[in-house]
Order: sequence, then C-alpha cells, then structure tokens
Amino acid sequence: MLRQIEGSRAVAETVARCRPEVVCAYPISPQTHIIEAIGAMVKAGTLSPCEFINVESEFAAMSVSIGASAAGARAFTATASQGLLFMIEAVYNAAGLGLPIVMTLANRAIGAPINIWNDHSDAMAVRDSGWIQLFAETNQEAADLHVQAFRLAEELSVPVMVCMDGFILTHAVEGVDVPEQSDVDAFLPPYEPRQVLDPDDPVSIGAMVGPEAFEEVRYLAHLRHLDALERIPSLAAAFAEAFGRQSGGLVRPYRTEDAETIVVALGSVLGTIKDAVDGRRDAGERVGVVGITSFRPFPLDAVRDALSGARRVVVVEKAFSVGFGGVLSTDVAMATHDAGCSLRTVVAGLGGRAITRRSLEEMLAAASRDELDSVTFLDLDHGIIERERARMGATRRSGPSAENVLRDLGTVASWIG
Amino acid sequence: MTTQPVRFYQVGSFAVGNRLLPDDDRTVQSDQNRTNSLDSGHRACQGCGEALGARYALDAAMRATGGRLVAVNATGCLEVFSTPYPETSWRIPWLHSLFGNAPAVATGVAAAMKVKGKGDVRVVAQAGDGGTVDIGFGCLSGMFERNDDVLFICYDNQAYMNTGVQRSGATPPAARTATTEAVGPEPGNVFGQGKDLPRLAMAHDIRYVATATVADLHDLEEKVERAMQLHGARYLHILVPCPLGWGSAPNDTILVARLAKETGLFPVFEAEYGKVTAVSPIRHRTPVEDYLSIQRRYAHLFGEHSRTDIIARIQAIADQNIATYGLIDDEADSRGQKEVTA
Amino acid sequence: MELPFAITLDVGSSHANRTGSWRVERPIYVDRLPPCNDACPAGENIQRWLYQAEPGDYEMAWRQLVEDNPFPAVMGRICYHLCETACNRAQLDEAVGINAVERFLGDLAIERGWSLPPAGAESGKRVLVVGAGPAGLSATYHLRRLGHQVRLVDSAPKLGGMMRFGIPAYRLPRAVLDAEITRIVALGVDVELGHTVQDIEVERNDGGFDAVFLAVGAQLGRRVEIPAGDSSRVLDAVSLLHRVAEDDPPLLGRRVVVYGGGDTALDAARTARRLGATDAVVVYRRNRERMPAHGDQLEEALVEGVTVRWLSTLSRFDGDRLVLEKMRLNDEGFPEPTGEIEELDADSLVLAVGQDTDLSLLDHAPDVAVDDGVVEVLPTMMTGESGVFAGGDSVPSERTATVAIGHGKRAARGIDAFVSGRAAVNADRHELATFDRVNTWYYSDAQRTRRPELERARRQSTFDEVVGGLTEENALFEARRCLSCGNCFECDNCFGVCPDNAVIKLGPSLRYEFDYDFCKGCGICVQECPCGAIDMVPERI
Repeated sequence: MLRQIEGSRAVAETVARCRPEVVCAYPISPQTHIIEAIGAMVKAGTLSPCEFINVESEFAAMSVSIGASAAGARAFTATASQGLLFMIEAVYNAAGLGLPIVMTLANRAIGAPINIWNDHSDAMAVRDSGWIQLFAETNQEAADLHVQAFRLAEELSVPVMVCMDGFILTHAVEGVDVPEQSDVDAFLPPYEPRQVLDPDDPVSIGAMVGPEAFEEVRYLAHLRHLDALERIPSLAAAFAEAFGRQSGGLVRPYRTEDAETIVVALGSVLGTIKDAVDGRRDAGERVGVVGITSFRPFPLDAVRDALSGARRVVVVEKAFSVGFGGVLSTDVAMATHDAGCSLRTVVAGLGGRAITRRSLEEMLAAASRDELDSVTFLDLDHGIIERERARMGATRRSGPSAENVLRDLGTVASWIG
Repeated sequence: MTTQPVRFYQVGSFAVGNRLLPDDDRTVQSDQNRTNSLDSGHRACQGCGEALGARYALDAAMRATGGRLVAVNATGCLEVFSTPYPETSWRIPWLHSLFGNAPAVATGVAAAMKVKGKGDVRVVAQAGDGGTVDIGFGCLSGMFERNDDVLFICYDNQAYMNTGVQRSGATPPAARTATTEAVGPEPGNVFGQGKDLPRLAMAHDIRYVATATVADLHDLEEKVERAMQLHGARYLHILVPCPLGWGSAPNDTILVARLAKETGLFPVFEAEYGKVTAVSPIRHRTPVEDYLSIQRRYAHLFGEHSRTDIIARIQAIADQNIATYGLIDDEADSRGQKEVTA
Repeated sequence: MELPFAITLDVGSSHANRTGSWRVERPIYVDRLPPCNDACPAGENIQRWLYQAEPGDYEMAWRQLVEDNPFPAVMGRICYHLCETACNRAQLDEAVGINAVERFLGDLAIERGWSLPPAGAESGKRVLVVGAGPAGLSATYHLRRLGHQVRLVDSAPKLGGMMRFGIPAYRLPRAVLDAEITRIVALGVDVELGHTVQDIEVERNDGGFDAVFLAVGAQLGRRVEIPAGDSSRVLDAVSLLHRVAEDDPPLLGRRVVVYGGGDTALDAARTARRLGATDAVVVYRRNRERMPAHGDQLEEALVEGVTVRWLSTLSRFDGDRLVLEKMRLNDEGFPEPTGEIEELDADSLVLAVGQDTDLSLLDHAPDVAVDDGVVEVLPTMMTGESGVFAGGDSVPSERTATVAIGHGKRAARGIDAFVSGRAAVNADRHELATFDRVNTWYYSDAQRTRRPELERARRQSTFDEVVGGLTEENALFEARRCLSCGNCFECDNCFGVCPDNAVIKLGPSLRYEFDYDFCKGCGICVQECPCGAIDMVPERI
C-alpha cells in the first residue's frame, strides 16, 4: 500500500519488519530519524523481541552489532559521515569476521569543513572494508533494499550497507509502499548463523592470522563478494516476484539502447540525471544513463555490458579522491578499459550542493561536443577559487579557506563570524 | 545465632585446595574437572600472570554459571598468545573483535542472548589495562552507564606488554617502560598521572566493583562468583604481574602480586553501588622496597645511585592507600580459622 | 558447524603446541626428610602420622605411629620430644605439639582397645632379650613382628624397667604403662620376671638362642663421697624413685635437698614434695642455662614449689645441716669453687648425680667390648660378640626412654638381618626439609594448644598425673598445625598456580605429576609449594 511517508520512516518500518533483534542507536544527522523510529517501536513493544541500545559512539554501535551478530542475533544500525569514520575500525572488523550486519548509511559529506549535507565521501571511505554497498535511487528502493540486504548478508555471511542519500532521501516525503510483514516474513527466513557463540558448541572467533593464511582469508572474502554478484540479481528477481516491483540488482540502465553518451552514477541523483537525459534526448542527442546499485561488489561485467554501445562515458560522482579525481570513475574505467570509449569524470553535489537539471544538461551538451575535461567540477565558482588563491599568495597567514570562502560569499559569513 | 570457630585447616584459606576442606570451601582451581577455560599450549611467557588470572577468573565464572558463559576479548597479550591460527587455547565460546571495543561487543552478545531467550548464558568481557583504562575506556564507560549485563575483567599488568612494554594509563609512578625510560632526573613514569579504574567504575554506581590479585585465589574466585550471581554491569580488576614487563623472575609472579597487596600499593576491596563494602586486610605489612626491589622496572631506584626519595614517595602512596581503604586490621591473621554461623 | 577458515577455530587445538620445548629447567616432585622425623630417636615417621591424624583418621595415624614405636601413650607423656625442638614451625610461631598429639593417639588406642599389628610368620629363630625396659620391650615388639620368638627376662618383679621404676607416676600413670606393655606381651612373648642373668654366655648357650639383646639399663645410682655424719640420711635418687614406685617410700623428713641437675634430680625433688617435704631444694653446681634437665621439667618443678640453689656444691652433711660451697663458672663454663660457704637445713640428702650400669653378666664374654662402663656397639647395635646386641642406657648414648626404644627397633632389625644371614642395610635418608624451603605464607597463623596442667595445689600432694591430654578438637588443631615439611600434603597449589595447566592432579592420596609436554619451566609451582616438595633441576639436553 502506497503511503506518503518520509524516507527514514519508510526505512525504519521496513527494517522493523525484517525483525532485527539488536538495534544500536547513536545520533548523527541525517540518519537519526531511522533509529528514532525504530527506538519508538521497540519501546512501544510493536517491534519485539528486539534490544534497542543507546550507545555512546558509533564505534560502540558497530561493536555492539558485532557482538550481537556473533551471538546469533540479527543486528542493525545506521550511521553517516563522521560516524562511519569513527566506527571504521569496527566496520572492517565486522566484515573480516564475516558477520551479516545490516547498516543504513545516510550518505553525508565528511569534514573539515564540517558539513551535514549529502555526498558520497563517507561510503567511498569504506569502499575497501569488505562490506557490500548497495545504493538506493529512491525511498522505495531504499526500503526494498533493506529486505534484500538482510537476506543477502545472512546467506553469504557478509555485512551489507544500504546507502541512501542524506536529506535528499532520508528526509524526503514521498509515496512508498512499505513491504508488508507477511511478505517480508516469506522472503526473509530467520537468521541462521554460519558461526555463533554457543556454550553447547564452543568455538574461538577472531583468531590472529599470520602470513601463512592471511592472503587466503582475504581471498575468501573476495570470493564471497564474487558470489554476491550472482546472488544480488537473483535476489532482485525473487524480490520482484514476491513484491511485484523492481528494486536492487547490480546496475539499472535507462535509455542506453543506441546511446552514444552514457552517464554513470550512484543514488538519488539518477532521478535528476534521467530528467536531463530525457531533455537531451528531446534535443536529439543519443544519451542514456546507467545507475549502479551494487557499488561493492562492483559488477565489472554488468557495467561493461551496459556501456558496451557507448562512445562516451561520463561518470557523475558525489565524491572524489583528492589529488586524483574520480573514485567511481576508476571502477568504471576498469570495466571499460578495452571498450574503446572515452571516460569523463564529473564531480558534483559535494556537501549537498544541488545538482540541477540545467547544469547536467549543459554538461551533457558539452560532453556530446567532446568539450568536457577529463575531470570536471560541476558548477564550481571559479571566482571564489581565484580570490582565495590570491589571498594565499599574498599573505602567509591567510586564515582558513572555508571561512574565507563564506566571507567572500557575504551571505552566511556573519553566522560564523 | 552464635558463631563458633570451625576446625582449623592447615592452609585452608590460602592454598589452592586442601583435602581437609569441605568441597564447597575448595577453590575451583583445585577441581580435577575444572574447565581449564584457557588451556595448555598457549604461548604466554613463562610465569605469565595474565594467563593465570584469566584461567582463574573464567573457570570460576564457568562454575558459577554452570558452563553457560561466553567470553569477549580485547586485543592484547591474552588474545595474541591464546589464538594464533590454527590453534586456540580457549575451551569456552570466545570472541575477539578489536582493541578498544570489548565492552561494547560484550553488550551486543548479552543483548543477543537476552533477545534469543538464552538469558542463562552470561557474558564476560576481558582486556588488559590498555584495553581497559585507555583505548577501551569509552566503550567501558558506556557499558557501565547502561548497566549492561556484563562482567568486565581487567587483567592489569600496568603497561602495554604485547607491543613491547609501553606506558599505559595504569602504569605506576617511577616504573620504567619503553616510553618512560629510566633516564633523566625523574626516571621512569611520572608521578601524578594515571587512572584508577576501580574508582572510576564505582563512580558509575554500578552493581559491583572489585579488585583482586592472582596471589589470592580464594578471594578472586569468591569475587567472580559473587559477580556472576549479580546482574547488570560489574567490574573486576585483577592485578597480574608480567615477568617480561616488570622484570620479575617468572617464578615470582605470585609473590610479586602478593607483595603488591601486602605493601598497600594495590588495595584489594569490593564495592557495591559505588560504596566500598569490604577490604582484604594486609596480613603482613611490608615496606614497598620489598616489592620494588624484585622488579627490574624499578632497578633505577636501587643500587649505586639509589633514589630513596622516590621510594619514599611510593611508600607514601602505599600508606595513603592503607589509610583510605583501612587495610590494616588486627583480625587479619585469623583468616585461617574461618568463622561460620552455627 | 563449518567454520570460517582461519578466523574461527575449534577448541582444544592448542594442544598441538607443545610448549614444554621452551623449558630449560624442569620441576620434579621430591620427598624430603622432615626435621621432626630426623630428630626422633625412635625413628618415628611423625609427619606421616600427623598427616593421617589431620582428617581424623586416628587409628590409621596410630597404626603408622606403632610401626616404629609401640609406646605412643607413654611417649606422649615422658618423651622429651626433640621433634618439637627441631620443628620448623617453631621458626614461624611455635613448634607443633607433636608430643601432645602422640599422647592423644596413644590414649585413644588404649580407650578403644586397638591392638598392635600381629606377630609375623614364625621364623623359627629364638632371641633372648635381657631387660624389660623401653629398649628390651621395643626390641621384643619388633622381633615378634619379624616373626622371631622372644624370651624376655628381667630381674625386677614387673615389666617396664625405668619407665616403671625411674619415672614417677605423676608423669606416667601405671595404668597407661601397663596397657601398652600388655599389648606387646599379647603378641606372644616368653616372659620371665625376677630372673637375673648372671652370665650371658651360659644363658645364651643353655637356651640355644640365635641372638641376644642386652638392655639392662643403668640402674645403679652413683654416689659422691662427702663427709656425712649420718649416712642413713643420704640416699640416691634411683633408689628413692624405685621405692616410691614399689609403694615403699623412704622417710625423708620435711627438708629435703637433692643434689644434681638432671631430670632425675627434679623427679626426686618433686617426689619429695609429694611425700610431704615442705622444702625441696635442688642444689646444682652450674647455672640454669647449663642445667641438663629439660626446661619444661624445671618449670613444672618450680611451679610445684621446688627451689634451686644454683652454682653450689656439697661440702659436707653435718647432722641436719648441709654445708654448701658457692661456685662460679670459668671462661670455659666449668664450675670452680669460690671458697664462699653457705649452710642449709636438711633432714635428708638425695643424690642424683648419674647412674651406672651393671655389666657383671658380661664377665665371661670377652668379645663384648666395654668402655667407660658402657657396651660398645656397631650401628646395627651388635656388640663385639657375634649375635650379641645391646641397647638402651647400657650403650653410649643419651639415656632417655625414646632413645632406648629406638635402640630396640634398630637392634631388632640388626638381629633380623643377623639371624637371616643378611647384611643389615640402612635405608637412604632423604635430604633434610629445611625451613628456608617452606613458603610460610600459606600456613594460617595458629598458636599452639597447651595441654591442661593439674592444678598446682593438687599436684604437690598427690601422684596424680600432672599434665593432661588434649581434647580431640585440640589434638586435631595441633596436628593440623604441621607444615608437612618437604612432603606433599596435597594442597593443590602446584595444580592451581601453573599458568600452563601442566600439572596433572591424580586424585586423593595419589598426588600429582607434571605434564612435561606443556610445562614451560617457569618455576611458580616450586616457589608456591608451601612445604618445599618440588625441586627445579636442569633440563636434560
């Protein structure tokens, strides 16, 4: 049943219907509404049995989840940005131990400068942690991906992170069909751990592994991700069968047939990109878009296939590797290295900057003219850059750039004073 | 109700066991069928106090819980020497995650057991002093504050031994470590620093806090048993000498621990809800020199350039502990003759 | 469960890592000789019987005790307990009251009628034992247990020797003595009393004995020559005690002086008090430190009102006045006369200056060497004459009942070897369990239990036993004060303190063994063994 509902609320209700048994909460915007809602359900007794634990940090949130999962409980938590970085040691650990924890990542920029708005820097920071990372395009998909995430995680004993854009999705109210409890129960069997702390069958979990076996352990983790590449499409198919809608999968092409230029992106920006693509199609350009749902494992073959007809590939990403360029772009380049297409990186939407259809269309038009630089920062205010560089050249003690820029803008500088 | 002295037993309250004691008064360690939670083949150094303390504590917890126990371990010596692939020395369900998160992981295990309807399975988390007072303190304080059903045990050997004897927040004044070398005008660790974790634990008003040493097994086991009878957050701080880091002879491990208590440098006590409820009195009051002089980490205080001034400052700490906790008790020596209610 | 590779491990897998290879020294269990056993003239395994008494197995403890000494109740009263002098616990608080526990066990055996172990299978060998004092009775007992026939002869009308005729009843009640002697005789002994052996060679040959044990004691009270107006007022202590023992006490008067400094002198003085003397004065040439009498005997005598004139010697006995000369000790500690004279009123003088032995029965035994009035013997107690053994007060040694009992045992073993044609072998003695090997921490602090003593007034006038026995609870307490020096008493310390679980507990009374596969040789077990029963030895290469 479709309801107008906030994205966080939809996710919270969906997670609740996945019957998590231990949920850790530590507040950080923009994921707070998710755990607040779950907390209320536990407190009210509508989600039971479930232990809702207010922890003292994200590090503890992931650590509690590790303990709970190792003891056989279905564990869930949510975080964002700095919180993810604060728990990063435990994030790696959960993956290394093969614990099928599910976590919502409400994607948000990483400071400094501190910024609570959306981009994908946080997700990229744990790209190599061993977690499966699924990106939701819509709130419906965000909700649906959680149902699939628990099943995927538990089938493979790999933790899964469902990434949804902070504010853009988490705080957006739109029509979502929250999966029904009975449907979720039918789709998601109870958690049967591969390894568990059990006094009746004691084992030692978390051994120290030296050079003689470490590489094999890591390779086995990689193999599980390769298995996930098989499981993710079949789960999406099973989900479609059970719930009557498409959600998840590895990649999602849009108007790519006969496209000369294909845009690649993650998350909610795909909606705007599709609008831009429609616009450019109307203008007679042969453009399409490929959304990547599974960022880790990265579906090299699926991406290559999806991009196979394109002459130009433009990767629009809400993150970048300082001193290098695109992050997603390198992955896409790996997929297309022998496809004969050009690849351009467009960094956009950092720290919540709006990615407008107009800017995208202008960018696509430039791409079609082969006028796009290898790395482009969308809507970058070059005047600000030049003025700050001039200040830095003029005086040693030029002060913090972030505040200089704000002062330069003259708008919000007085708030910071 | 009257009390009368029970028949005196040779070594009843001090040795591990005694054929003359009723079974209930014998230690868990005297039992041929003890769990040996930490089993042979582990790679701890000769005379390791932590290996001893861990087996003491966990075997007692195993008895107290009827074998329904899970242990969570922080990174550190205990973890490294017990579980190098492909061999584990643990005979109980055991989980190692990270250095600083053992209390939180234990919270998760306890929550899982509760939600799974296995509330009879109890959880112990354990760490060295670094994993407790330093890197693990945030998680520990959170676990305390939430009153999670976890017994947290700190095996305190007063420095980061696993990494090569560096100073921790539990390193005592004047002790030489690799990061507080015995050089300069104030050799060793400085005075006036360090965390008193038992008191910090008490400040959380948790159900039970106790200290113990590997030198008094009866006391240690009674405290573990008591802790396992209770629910909520509990904290046990066990002094475990490290022959490597302290520069004590491997065969002196128990002696050194005993002297730590008998000098007053390590007060042994119990507290409930933030209030001290019992202390283990000093049996034979001993000057701190006797304790310090058998450890090479204090070697710079003795010999040709002996630092009686520093020794005096350490003695003052011991004296202060004795006064604060009331560690001198004229009745202390009567402990061999147990009093029971008849 | 199918476990994740390398991350998750099965229990017990560390047993593959044999940490014993780290070891450069290995602990080994040892049994050391406890100082009490070492000091016991009767060769008792004191520590063992205390160990057996500790859980309340009194009969087992008593049986262990009578393996070596058939007189626990007697010993518990008159033994001067060198064991307690040697006891390591004396360095901790006070020596264990071994003697009191021994008496408790001895009295309990009498009360419950426990009998000695039966005589051994008959060997067909016959042994003559001359003298039915402690040495002779001890030898008789051990010989019977070894299966040899014994003919026991004594010139006195009753068995017991000096235990009966030398030790006052207030120290050794006759019922106790009789009970323990009767038990020995019950093993089947051919006893002839009132028979004085005149010539040992004749007696041996006539009887066709395979061996002889001479235990004739030292029954002759020595005299000193002093001018005495009335020699009827002078008598020796041995005679005094003998006559009292036979209910024929001499008239001593109200003022009795005893000359001498040994236990016999004190016995004489205390006996005099009981016979009605108001003044019982011991005159001794040296000072208190040099007095050979045992300290507790002196204490008891002083409590009973006996007084001592230290550093005094007899000059003459004039009517009822005794003239004394004051002495002083020279640099070597010998008494020298000072010329200073004192006088003392005395109705009688008892001489307690030592005893001699009557060896006239050896006049026709030229191979038996006699020196300084006593018979020379080999370690087996055999004299110069093959098959003739001697012991007790008639051989060179300290003259106590306990020593005599030890002689009896040793002689019995020597005789057994002799009549069987075997060489006598002395068992190897373990190294001494010294106090420095004891880890005193583990022993609870516990003061020694004192035996009740007869109320002073009462004991001055009667021959009732002065020192009472322990209650069971106190005896148990006292037994449990034993440190078990050098011998495992299964306290489980080694089993508990091993960080590597490398000690295997074998179960009650089976002790422990080391698991050298895992023992890293740290030595904590050695350090923490309360009684010092573990040694570290270099590892074999």
